[in-house]
Amino acid sequence: MKTPLHEVHEGLGASFTDFAGWTMPVRYSSELAEHRAVREAAGLFDLSHMGEIEVTGPQAADALDYALVGKLSAVTPGRARYTMMCNPEGGVVDDLVVYRLADERYLVVANAGNAPAVLAELTERAASFDAQVADRSPDTALIAVQGPASAEIVGAVAEADLAALKYYAGTPATVGGQEILLARTGYTGEDGFELYVPAERAPEVWRLLTEAGRPHGLLPAGLACRDTLRLEAGMPLYGNELSAELSPFAANLGRVVKFDKPGDFVGRAALDKRRDPERVLVGLRGAGRRAARHGYAVLRGDQPVGEVTSGALSPTLGYPIAMAYVARDLAEPGTELAADIRGRHEPVEVVALPFYQRRS
Amino acid sequence: MSIPEHLSYTKEHEWVSLADGVATVGITAFAAESLGDVVFVQLPAVGDTVTAGETCGEVESTKSVSELYSPVTGEVTEVNESAVDNPEKLNSDPYDTGWLFRVRTDAVPELLDATAYAALIQED
Repeated sequence: MKTPLHEVHEGLGASFTDFAGWTMPVRYSSELAEHRAVREAAGLFDLSHMGEIEVTGPQAADALDYALVGKLSAVTPGRARYTMMCNPEGGVVDDLVVYRLADERYLVVANAGNAPAVLAELTERAASFDAQVADRSPDTALIAVQGPASAEIVGAVAEADLAALKYYAGTPATVGGQEILLARTGYTGEDGFELYVPAERAPEVWRLLTEAGRPHGLLPAGLACRDTLRLEAGMPLYGNELSAELSPFAANLGRVVKFDKPGDFVGRAALDKRRDPERVLVGLRGAGRRAARHGYAVLRGDQPVGEVTSGALSPTLGYPIAMAYVARDLAEPGTELAADIRGRHEPVEVVALPFYQRRS
Repeated sequence: MSIPEHLSYTKEHEWVSLADGVATVGITAFAAESLGDVVFVQLPAVGDTVTAGETCGEVESTKSVSELYSPVTGEVTEVNESAVDNPEKLNSDPYDTGWLFRVRTDAVPELLDATAYAALIQED
């Protein structure tokens, strides 16, 4: 599948990769330059492969409280929440950002690879409520502007009060005469915005942002730097840190499970028994320059005690970083372990997440 | 994609320049571009014996890691420390300052010329 911006990316000379069935830009020139642009100026991302699902109706809030682990009924209209959908066993179906657009209207944003499953599950789980579930993905493009210069860039093209738009909030805004949903959310560890745009207007919005961004050093940015940015920020990626077998508690994200909400929700009973997982997610800092990568074993002495889920030589920090699941008694920062990097045992130290935090 | 005429190539995307019984080895622009930004290079040590077709090092980008195969058999006489310190040279100047190591060799292996290598990467 191709996004509404595919021809724009071709014109920019992007290299493409397949991601969950989508042909996506992996980099335009250099992923290190794109990474640096997001940390120091701004990057422009096409995230139109993500799934957008609208849930509306008098019982939309109740339906989401039942379908997801969060308390979506408690979200103020205009605000967003990071949450998850779990299966009855307490494993993660997907991690989600949910915007409450109005009292009876929510937008659920799912990962590209999970969007069909989330749509099917939401439809089924909402069936006994007075609520409608509609797939908006085909006619919605998602463009993100991320980085310290993003507020100035978005402010130059959007008619909206950005100063009043808090982190994890969304507001209707106008860009190039087009009404869009403008949200202050992201996946990079920087200040940033996500613009939900009608698909046919995406090239025009991209062009306006590119022009407004030029004096600020904005670069188009691909999935390669998106992955290193989110890793530095300690953010999980479904398929790496999250899966249908692992619970939110193992990923240290138990806080998203709201047992105090009224009524039952899918996974409640199972999750209640999974609060103390045997293995938990930790950050690892390596020495030298060889990075531990997805699937590599974590060792204590010669004993395997865990597995790396994501890893890279951190472009910002200059040393190897990784996330890994390890036995819970080895999760304390300062614990010295090793990673089996293609046969050689390299020392790694457990460190607190995130690896990188912006100054603000 | 640049493929200099005066060099020879392997199917593993190394280039070789042979002169006076010494082979200079690097990776091709195609290989570097496929990897993305190269951030780490591990090379054999001077004095090591390398064998044609066998691995003798690694090239890593932020996204992936690729093994380095020696195109020739012989003793390593020199390695490019400058490329180890500045791995971005593999992207910016793969055929010149981004060279990787030199091997003294008697046997001239079977290699691809520029035309054959261009055809090979066309298929990829």
